[in-house]
Amino acid sequence: MTGVVIIGGGHAGFQCIDSLRKGGYTGPITLIDADPHLPYQRPPLSKGYLLEGAAPDTLLFRTATYYSEQSVELHLGVAATAIDRDNRSVTLSNGVRLSYDQLVLAPGASIRPLKVPDEIAGQVHYIKTLGDIDRISAQLSNAQDLVVVGGGFIGLEFAATACKLGKKVSVLVRGTGLMNQNVTPELSQFMLEQHRAHGADIQLNTSIETVSRLDDGSFEILTTDGRTLSCDMLVAGIGVTPDTRLAEAAGLECDDGIIVDAQCRTSDPVIYAAGDAVSFAHPLADRPIRIESVQNAVDQAKVIAATICGEQAEYDSVPWFWSDQYEFKLQMAGLHAGYDRVVQRGATESGKFTLFLYRGDKLIAVHTVNKPADHMAARKLLAAGVSPSFAEAADESLKLNGLLKR
Amino acid sequence: MPKVVYVDFQGNRNELEVANGMTLMQGAVMNGLDGIEGECSGSCACATCHCYVDEAYLDKLPEMSENEDELLDGTASERLGTSRLSCQIRMTDDLDGIVVQLPEEQ
Repeated sequence: MTGVVIIGGGHAGFQCIDSLRKGGYTGPITLIDADPHLPYQRPPLSKGYLLEGAAPDTLLFRTATYYSEQSVELHLGVAATAIDRDNRSVTLSNGVRLSYDQLVLAPGASIRPLKVPDEIAGQVHYIKTLGDIDRISAQLSNAQDLVVVGGGFIGLEFAATACKLGKKVSVLVRGTGLMNQNVTPELSQFMLEQHRAHGADIQLNTSIETVSRLDDGSFEILTTDGRTLSCDMLVAGIGVTPDTRLAEAAGLECDDGIIVDAQCRTSDPVIYAAGDAVSFAHPLADRPIRIESVQNAVDQAKVIAATICGEQAEYDSVPWFWSDQYEFKLQMAGLHAGYDRVVQRGATESGKFTLFLYRGDKLIAVHTVNKPADHMAARKLLAAGVSPSFAEAADESLKLNGLLKR
Repeated sequence: MPKVVYVDFQGNRNELEVANGMTLMQGAVMNGLDGIEGECSGSCACATCHCYVDEAYLDKLPEMSENEDELLDGTASERLGTSRLSCQIRMTDDLDGIVVQLPEEQ
């Protein structure tokens, strides 16, 4: 009996441990993570963590005691370097070999690097790990002018944090709007106005043409639309790519992610995969998708744990996601690709409103701004397949939970 | 270190040390206590860290935000006058000994 080996200590990896033990799995569990810290939560890194000046310990999923009490063997600060499927074993960067009965891949995604000259590359900051944010934090107190590249969630959350800390922040966005892939044009425009109102200099349809480092350590940036910017710190959040290296090298089927079935099983029946690195057919999507979110990681890990414990489980959860920018809490439920109608509840100017996204008369997603209760109710509506009429959706006097009970 | 007494739905008392600055949600979750989930990492966005606070401590708590108030309207277990989201309660010396009851479901 060699048990379950889990590669990756993010939300998926940790959840798998917890759900295995809660599900009654008594075999050995081994966790491998290249990050030297005890498994911790990453979402706060680009959000409140820097602002609150919180201690790293507050990010931990569990204290060290938990892992010993639950008999979980931790290999932290070492990477898994190869999977030997024939012998069912994993090799680590320190030469250790671990055998498995079941292997869970939760490697996450790799930061997409900014294309800059080699001598600059090492100076660009990214936000993924506690180590990254420690480095940012150490430099931030001496920096006044920041350039953030990327108009997605991570870049914008960090830009908002830096603005709140009193920094002068410019954001270079390649696309025509903010968070273009993930929110409607209405919400994108609303947040653009909020960022500008909070002092962020947001530049759309642009990116870095050239960047050079001056003698005083600052950067001089020429943008593709001909502007010159100088800054003390350069931070990039331009997306990630699924970390499929180990899986591909082991011959597992991959296509923009490790391909898994409804039980999160890869093309090898004793190897499972969960989280940002995974591509799968979601019942709410018409083609294979990959979802970079806490919800996806956690719910997939629960399915894996249940399956290993011998239960019938299938991954069909309604996706949800959130982002904190300034005083605005954005929450997205469902998958909005292909929507053809937006019904709004609440006035945009109030800073609290809900967008119901429909395909035909079917509700497929709900985006909220500072309406967490609507978000929670919307998740239930979407899970139950309930589509309120357009009039009901727009009517603020109707409680969404009430629509569920009819 | 200040202490928090978490009383689960079955009535079992768990006394845990929770450092100042940590939230009651973090205190429970990090120590592996069942009955509090906190699936949004404590950003007041999900209402899965609902608890009932002992009345003696209610006045010592930070005021409730509009978001917390609205979320409490949609909790899985009934909202009572003592309901709070434990991610919105940060530990202080003042709260030493605080007793919170955990609901049947989150």
